[in-house]
Amino acid sequence: MDTTDNYMNRNMNCNCNMNDTMLLQNMNSNMMDNSNCCCCKPSRQESIATYSYQFTNRENDNCGETQPTRAEMLEEIRCLGFAVVDIAQYLNTHPDDSKALCLHREYSEQLRDLKDKYQKVYGPLSIYYPCNSWRWLEEPWPWERSDF
Amino acid sequence: MWTYNKVLQYPINIKCPNPKLAKFIISQYGGPDGELAASLRYLSQRFAMPDQNAKAILNDIGTEELAHLEMVGTIVHQLTKNVCPEDLEKAGLGAYYTDHGVDVYPQSAAGTPFTAAYIATKGDPIANLQEDLAAEQKARATYEKLIDLCKDDPDVLDPLRFLRQREIVHFQRFGEALRGVQDKLAEKKFYMGNCTKKINPECC
Repeated sequence: MDTTDNYMNRNMNCNCNMNDTMLLQNMNSNMMDNSNCCCCKPSRQESIATYSYQFTNRENDNCGETQPTRAEMLEEIRCLGFAVVDIAQYLNTHPDDSKALCLHREYSEQLRDLKDKYQKVYGPLSIYYPCNSWRWLEEPWPWERSDF
Repeated sequence: MWTYNKVLQYPINIKCPNPKLAKFIISQYGGPDGELAASLRYLSQRFAMPDQNAKAILNDIGTEELAHLEMVGTIVHQLTKNVCPEDLEKAGLGAYYTDHGVDVYPQSAAGTPFTAAYIATKGDPIANLQEDLAAEQKARATYEKLIDLCKDDPDVLDPLRFLRQREIVHFQRFGEALRGVQDKLAEKKFYMGNCTKKINPECC
């Protein structure tokens, strides 16, 4: 399975044989049932049950043995970015859903931290990131074919 | 105000150029149901949208459509990269090459340049949101036709499937926003003073 397949499975929940309409219903019904949500850091199991994002390398991030590659980090940034955008749009029409709000907080914090880590090594993802040398010019740009 | 993020919303890495597919897919860049029209439609409608939820939805979906515009442009670019003019001509892109080279130009599959006539801002929240719902369905239908035409290349199919799914989610969100607006309009109105006619409370 290549990285694209991984991404698809995580974001589209294909591994549960759900089509997109079912995913929507599942997400909506699960998120509306927020009676059990009282914390802002839902367990891994819990967050998978409601909104199926699993990321590789998460546990290995700090052990120094298997550092994620640039491609893996970028893929995770895309995944988290997608999760944040999707949940934010959901919250626009369900602002009182506390479970969705928890997930939004969890993923946007993870995204912020990961982007920070990525940009320190591989250069800025936006012009708001402070640089010692002007690495914004570095190729490839997103529309150019690359290995990451 | 927008910030550019130097990353695509969904990865695109097309290994085999195929100008024939590019000729069709460019419709989702600058065609009647394309991403440019979608983005401009929502971002223009948001200014006078009276409903709080609908305003945010228009803003955020309009923003995501800009990311989709970049994705479609990327697909077209990678499908035509390093293709010689003869092959472009064979793929039916001879006229396109004459006017635009291998730049990406906002046009429909049939070659009609992008026009603001593709979008509507009607000055009415219900009419606008109904237009948005229809737009998402038309975009979904277009992606399904493109998916039929791109079955042989998984590198192209994969991002198209992602874009199709987003149309469905956006349709859902616009539907929820519309229901909110309709519920609000159906609420009983109470007027103070000697105002007897039913009038728009915002004008009082």
